[in-house]
Amino acid sequence: MRGLLATAVVIGAALLVGCGEKPQTLDAKAKGPDAAPWAASASSPFYAADWKGGDKAAWEAQIRTRNQGQNDYAR
Amino acid sequence: MARMKFICDAERCIECNGCVTACKAENNVPWGVNRRRVVTLNDGVAGEKSISVACMHCSDAPCMAVCPVDCFYRTDEGVVLHDKDVCIGCGYCSYACPFGAPQFPTNGEFGLRGKMDKCTFCAGGPEANGSDAENAKYGRNRLSEGKLPACAEMCSTKALLGGDGDVVADIFRTRVLNRGKGSEVWGWGTAYGKPVQTSMAAPTEVKK
Repeated sequence: MRGLLATAVVIGAALLVGCGEKPQTLDAKAKGPDAAPWAASASSPFYAADWKGGDKAAWEAQIRTRNQGQNDYAR
Repeated sequence: MARMKFICDAERCIECNGCVTACKAENNVPWGVNRRRVVTLNDGVAGEKSISVACMHCSDAPCMAVCPVDCFYRTDEGVVLHDKDVCIGCGYCSYACPFGAPQFPTNGEFGLRGKMDKCTFCAGGPEANGSDAENAKYGRNRLSEGKLPACAEMCSTKALLGGDGDVVADIFRTRVLNRGKGSEVWGWGTAYGKPVQTSMAAPTEVKK
């Protein structure tokens, strides 16, 4: 009788597990910025012709130059 | 440091949709998603105006504020990006965005709404610069190649300007001064805030 009761309790507990709630806490965060855009990456074949990765000042100069490519009055 | 911004010059845009095509080609944007669109006001009426609209990478981005899983981040260059591994596709950002920038693939069954996709200012995502993983999820990372967004760089009339905010604003100012009209920059105030009027009056003494 006692064994039967214990079995019923175990089966009941196993069935009730399905009614439980999964934790919904926010544990995933955006990874955020990876490397800076001027950081040298695996040698990209698409690099701008006159620019090499890894140099912040050179990157800023390159962006400035390309920005002026949009300026009709500076051509 | 450069603070990246877009300006679309309505006096120059000819609604060619070249920017839309360039964006789709450069970033392998799937069917049903347009990161950039050309909107025409008073279409067919004399004096119609067109502007190219995409994510403006707002200074105080509403999408970042409403995202329940905090998947957005801003780079040092002011580019608003998001992490597709964290995005749950709830769509709150699309309701919050004043420019309709967030897009959701809808080419599946039962109105599928997958991970959000939007303009990245051609700056990719959180994966390593120029990696295949980044390219597959977010498209080309032109900024890390020393380039500006494809849409702006290929615009045939140079209506769409993209790059360092100070530089593009200066280019636009020169144009307006030369042509003497068309100084309206639609969306600029919404995205980057209105100029703050500072009082020139002498500071009042604080009572002790």
